[in-house]
Amino acid sequence: MTFNKSLLIPLGVFVLLVVFLALGFRLQNPHLLPSALIDKPFPEFELKDLHQPEMSRTLADLSGEVSLVNVWATWCPNCLIEHPELLRISRETDLPLYGVNYNDDNEKALGWLTRLEDPYVFSIIDDKGTLAIDLGVYGAPETFVLDARGVIRFRHVGPVTPEVWQETLLPVVELLKEMSDG
Amino acid sequence: MIPEFGHFALILAFGLSIALAILPAVGVYRRDAMLMQTGPSIATGIFVFMAFSFGCLVYSFSQDDFSVAYVANNSNSALPIQYKISAVWGAHEGSFLLWTLIASGWTLAVATFSRGLTFDMKARVLAVLGLLCAGFAAFLLFTSNPFDRNLPFHPADGADLNPLLQDFGLIVHPPMLYMGYVGFAVPFALAIATLTTGRLDAAWARWSRPWTTAAWAFLTVGITLGSWWAYYELGWGGWWFWDAVENASFMPWLVGTALIHSLAASEKRGVFKSWTVLLAISTFSLSLLGAFLVRSGVLTSVHAFAVDPTRGLYILVFLVLVIGGSLTLYAFKASGIKSEAHFEWNSREAMLLINNLLLVVATASVLLGTLYPLLYEVITDGKKISVGPPYFNRVFVPIVCLLFLAMVVSPFSRWRKTSVDILIRQHWPFLLATPVAVCVVTYLVTNGIDMLAIGVETLAVWILVMLVRHWWQSGSINSASKLGMMMGHAGIAVAILGVVVTVTYSEERDVRMSPGDSLVVAGYEFTFEGVQKVRGPNYLADQAEFNVTSNGDFVAKLRPEKRFYSVAQNVMTEADIDPGLFRDVFVALGENVGESAWAVRIHVKPFVRWIWLGGLLVALGGFVTLLDKRYRRVREVVSINAVGSAA
Repeated sequence: MTFNKSLLIPLGVFVLLVVFLALGFRLQNPHLLPSALIDKPFPEFELKDLHQPEMSRTLADLSGEVSLVNVWATWCPNCLIEHPELLRISRETDLPLYGVNYNDDNEKALGWLTRLEDPYVFSIIDDKGTLAIDLGVYGAPETFVLDARGVIRFRHVGPVTPEVWQETLLPVVELLKEMSDG
Repeated sequence: MIPEFGHFALILAFGLSIALAILPAVGVYRRDAMLMQTGPSIATGIFVFMAFSFGCLVYSFSQDDFSVAYVANNSNSALPIQYKISAVWGAHEGSFLLWTLIASGWTLAVATFSRGLTFDMKARVLAVLGLLCAGFAAFLLFTSNPFDRNLPFHPADGADLNPLLQDFGLIVHPPMLYMGYVGFAVPFALAIATLTTGRLDAAWARWSRPWTTAAWAFLTVGITLGSWWAYYELGWGGWWFWDAVENASFMPWLVGTALIHSLAASEKRGVFKSWTVLLAISTFSLSLLGAFLVRSGVLTSVHAFAVDPTRGLYILVFLVLVIGGSLTLYAFKASGIKSEAHFEWNSREAMLLINNLLLVVATASVLLGTLYPLLYEVITDGKKISVGPPYFNRVFVPIVCLLFLAMVVSPFSRWRKTSVDILIRQHWPFLLATPVAVCVVTYLVTNGIDMLAIGVETLAVWILVMLVRHWWQSGSINSASKLGMMMGHAGIAVAILGVVVTVTYSEERDVRMSPGDSLVVAGYEFTFEGVQKVRGPNYLADQAEFNVTSNGDFVAKLRPEKRFYSVAQNVMTEADIDPGLFRDVFVALGENVGESAWAVRIHVKPFVRWIWLGGLLVALGGFVTLLDKRYRRVREVVSINAVGSAA
């Protein structure tokens, strides 16, 4: 019986595959995951500013540096939970935080920001949910991390608690800052 | 206490699996008939303990035992009971428990229905299956224990099942899919067992065939149900997304299809044996690879489970051991395999070879598209891209069209050699009439000619026409195998028609509508009657009402909903569909856009049901072939030999 070398081909292909899987696996930061929009540019939009409804905001207003975009609403109890942490982030870091006021009542939203203090550089009114649909938002709150080019690099669903910030979002933000500096 | 019993039963099943991996194998090595025959009783034990363990988890869900972390994360006291049960396999841990239960079920089935196998082969096959069960059970115990407790502080209520999964689809889709995935372990084990003996004969192929077909038919049902579920539940009317996890189920299906055909040639003519063994190994390997992709988090997908690096690492190591080990065994043992028979380019063997090549190339194209983002990321050190439907449509579709062309003539092919000139003489009027008829019908119905659509429709109708011709010529269908084959091919043709007609002629509109507004799409008039609030068991919903008429005749009342699930804090779009054999009318409710106006999506999708009817017909064909008397008769013959050789 002679040994047929071509029979080693499947094994070779498999070894190659495993090397790639292992490399890819090692590369994955398990926190840097879900959302079909990861690494896609933030969707284009033209929506009104919550504080100055005569002014409209577009994607250009979000770009330029690493930033956070937070989808919130007054009807969402989890938004209330995350609010203190958002305030802390806006006070203690130089990271711009933008709000998307989702399916909300403008009066109530303004009242909420006056009552609880406003962590956002500005909030935009998404009362028709068009931007939220483009973002694939499941519900509020959701927080997106954008890089300096305005590309979505991370999505967090649910309230931003101090743990989420320390363990998940902050590392992403730091990584992105390093990348844009380097 | 019940979850602890479940956990303990799982540990026992793990221990027994190790015993099943070792004892019969030692029996083979020492030629000890006693040890060789331990297999079936151990296999029974594994299945009983797995079933008990699974039952315990079902019990914990039904009793709302939120001290069990997995229950607390995936259920809620307000969840309807049928979803509490199906929530058992709604996330990673429980679904893998189901996977392992099914693996033990297949193992027991092999142990029970294997009178035809020699003692020696049976012991080897069960040892391989035992090894796999042990690997699965260890994965559960060490990385994904569904019985872990949240003690002493457990939540008062659960976080609820993801609303997307609160659907009939979850009840049936994963079990069917896993029956297929795990079922491919049987031909895999048979291939490995045969490689270790070095005797690849027709008996091996005959033996593998019904098991392969059964697993494949289950997988077909699973994929079809998944597509149907995606269509009505993910909303928005798509039925296939080329999502990484869909691909992960599709690849074993494609290679499994190749395997079924290649096994036929190996059994009947003794050709392609080495290739068939490789396909058997590949099919199961792709099932495992799919599990890795879904459960490790290397790829993003709507299906992805919660991510945990230890799990990914475990599966990767398991893949290396199982697939790497079997391919090494293959490389060293398959050298001795020689094909006995020769055949001409126009023979059935050649047709099956073409089938195999095209299916394998198609699989490779899907694999490449699925893994390319990952490869790219590795090569470029972190840059990400995604490969979407455009790639798959451009690469995959032409390959399968060639395959369909082969399907047109394949039923007429003969072993060794087919007389092509006779074939052409007999069938040319039908071959020519089909495209003409398809053109005329398409033009009459749609008032237009879309060449690509007509081309593909022609292929599908050719397949059907030639099947009918074949039936006509043979007079009667005398075997279940043949009937099954024809149903399978007809099912594919039906599905092709469904796909091409839906893709080409669907109409869809996204509009803003206020109560009283009406809109005409594809001859149907949709009148928006208004929206009311309704309360479900665990959600609140805005329910719209649409009156659909056609030329003034009432067609349907459709009530799409926008649901808000209060516990999971999720908003879900629940489309409403008026299904029909020739068209689906589909309405989904978007956002409330000021005052009483709503964003609305309306689809009219002709023939979309044919995709799933075709899929089910294919699966049914697979099950029908299992009824073939030949499998039973041959088993008796083999068992006589078996007694002879054991004595």
